[in-house]
Amino acid sequence: MLVAHLDPLASSLFSLMAITSLLLAFVMLGSRWFINYLYAFAAESWVIAALSAAVGFYGNYPELYLIAILTALFRGLVLPYLVWRIIGRLNVAREIREILQPSSLLVVGAVCVVFALAVSYRIGQSLGLAGTVAVLALTIMLSMKLIGFLMLTVRHEALSEILGLLVLENGIFLGAQILVPGMPMLIEIVILFDLLVVVACFGVLVRYLVAHVGSTSSLDLNRLVG
Amino acid sequence: MAGALLLIVMIAPAAAAAGCVLVRVPRVAEGLNLIASLAVCAAAIPLTILSARGPYYYLSEYIIIDIAGAWVILCTAIVYLLASIYSIGYMRLLGEDEKLWGFYALFAGFALTILLSAVMNNAGLYWIAIELTTLVSTFLVGFERAAESIEAAWKYIIIISAGISLALLGTVLFYWCGSFVLGQTYDMTWEALRDAAPKMNPALALLSFFLVLVGYGTKVGLAPMHTWLPDAHSESPAPISAMLSGALLNTAMLGIVRYLAIANAAQNEILARKTLVAFGVLSLIVGALFIVRQNGIKRLMAYSSVEHMGIVALGFGIGGPLGIAGALYHMLNHSLNKSLMFFGAGNAMRSYGSKEIRKIRYLWAYFPMQGALWLAGAVAITGAPPFGLFLSELVILRAGFERGYDWAVYAMAVLLIVIFIGFLNHFRAMYFDTAGAAPEDRPAQISRWCVVPMWLALVPLVVFGVWWPSAMWDHFAAAAHTLTGAAP
Repeated sequence: MLVAHLDPLASSLFSLMAITSLLLAFVMLGSRWFINYLYAFAAESWVIAALSAAVGFYGNYPELYLIAILTALFRGLVLPYLVWRIIGRLNVAREIREILQPSSLLVVGAVCVVFALAVSYRIGQSLGLAGTVAVLALTIMLSMKLIGFLMLTVRHEALSEILGLLVLENGIFLGAQILVPGMPMLIEIVILFDLLVVVACFGVLVRYLVAHVGSTSSLDLNRLVG
Repeated sequence: MAGALLLIVMIAPAAAAAGCVLVRVPRVAEGLNLIASLAVCAAAIPLTILSARGPYYYLSEYIIIDIAGAWVILCTAIVYLLASIYSIGYMRLLGEDEKLWGFYALFAGFALTILLSAVMNNAGLYWIAIELTTLVSTFLVGFERAAESIEAAWKYIIIISAGISLALLGTVLFYWCGSFVLGQTYDMTWEALRDAAPKMNPALALLSFFLVLVGYGTKVGLAPMHTWLPDAHSESPAPISAMLSGALLNTAMLGIVRYLAIANAAQNEILARKTLVAFGVLSLIVGALFIVRQNGIKRLMAYSSVEHMGIVALGFGIGGPLGIAGALYHMLNHSLNKSLMFFGAGNAMRSYGSKEIRKIRYLWAYFPMQGALWLAGAVAITGAPPFGLFLSELVILRAGFERGYDWAVYAMAVLLIVIFIGFLNHFRAMYFDTAGAAPEDRPAQISRWCVVPMWLALVPLVVFGVWWPSAMWDHFAAAAHTLTGAAP
């Protein structure tokens, strides 16, 4: 188990990077312009890539360097580029009708993090890992999950939903780097490519939405009920 | 032998998809897809029989053929064949010949991804295969390009992707659970996880199981994660509705069943089972409520799928040889019957030009033969004898009493009666209601391609309803043993 006996420097480095990416998720939660979401997402992916490399270095997993490069390339460059192209195709640049103000959304996000912490703390205790970076990784994994779902529920624009899904994935990927660095590479690489295909499909669907529905807001997707 | 059959099952749809893309002639694409589905079906039947002697492993254990997986392949193959025959008649009605090659390429690809996920032996690859089924089928759901179908496709992909990401989290956490026992790097096969499960941390294993259950449960359409299902099923072309309902849902259920076996071994048996049973009962409740007050004919069928997946979840949740036998049997019966129902609904929709139940009237007078077929299917799907679903539901009820889930059994019985009344009431109105004005011109007749698969679905349903060979019973018993990991 890597996380159980880490030297303090490595463990604080991991914590720093994990917390930075959580903060970036909050940046996404607190902004309403698409382009800001996108920058935050790209930055988050770069932090995760750096984390992979750090885990590879301290945990002696050379294959994680490859994962780090691929993460930076795909999650940090290609995915944001694809999303950026989708933004260019839309005629809206921000969330227009909001259920919750960004400020109240941040508070709800904080509550989510507290909940995630409570769950991970219990799990960490039962595993005998209380106080290690594993608890933090689990907390961030779960709270990015909750924040992603929060974005999916309170935002209406197609683009916010796509980025919400990407935050969900980023959270899992980040946690996986710390908790299960030995996960077979095949799976990680396939998941990376899978993500590209997913975003490409979203791009096509957004184009259909614009062409056939005339709106990309889920508030206008109200034909099918009952 | 089993390997060769599996190869046919995989290569036939892949070749058909490639052929459709290369040739791009609508009639050729139809033919290719039909031939592929025939080949898949012809290979799947012996594969199912052979699987009892298995499990067989291929490609350094990444591929497995076990009884449950082969059973799902059989269900998929049957629906694929029926839907391929049906779509020849149905898709010509849409009058979009120039786009048909794309439809059949996606159709064959969709079948391929479903078949593929049934044989994945690695939990991570299984997740990816399930994700692929979503991506391919989204474009089939939105194939008609109407505002409604694009809306359905968008809701489908967003809800499923969100749900399935929970399953990914659960998969990663299960890997973490296993890494305490098996070391940092190991192949996450179902067997490895199940063997490691007794030494896993029960709390973490339970959390992972719940995440996986909700994740794949979204794909299965268990309430309350079912919200995508009625939209996608009602807006896609009828053969795709049949595939979604009869093939796709089973494949996702297979994942839940495999994880359930792991959770059971990780000292979480009671809680894990009770949760699955609760999801099943909730799906039945939601299904019943929406069936009683439904306006759309295909949405009616979609909510009936929610109901039947609830019943299958109940069967697996209750467990034991009887529960698993009932659930597997119910999968097959539901696949056959729901194809029949969606074909009938597609025909009615096309002849009357409306999806609304109240606009479909005088079916009996206009379509005596096809109407009788569809009505027989409706009686079957509500669980009345002498059809297969009656038997499989009865087995699940018995299993519930045997394993102490009396409350679930009573709830299921009451809800099935409610559904019986509600569902058949809609059919009464469509067949015998004389209050509404008769349509002025006679509705359009439907080609024979659209009626033959209904016969093909109904005949085995009747046969399975009156005759349950003991070989099949042994097959299910063996399935129960391999799923729970006990020696037969």
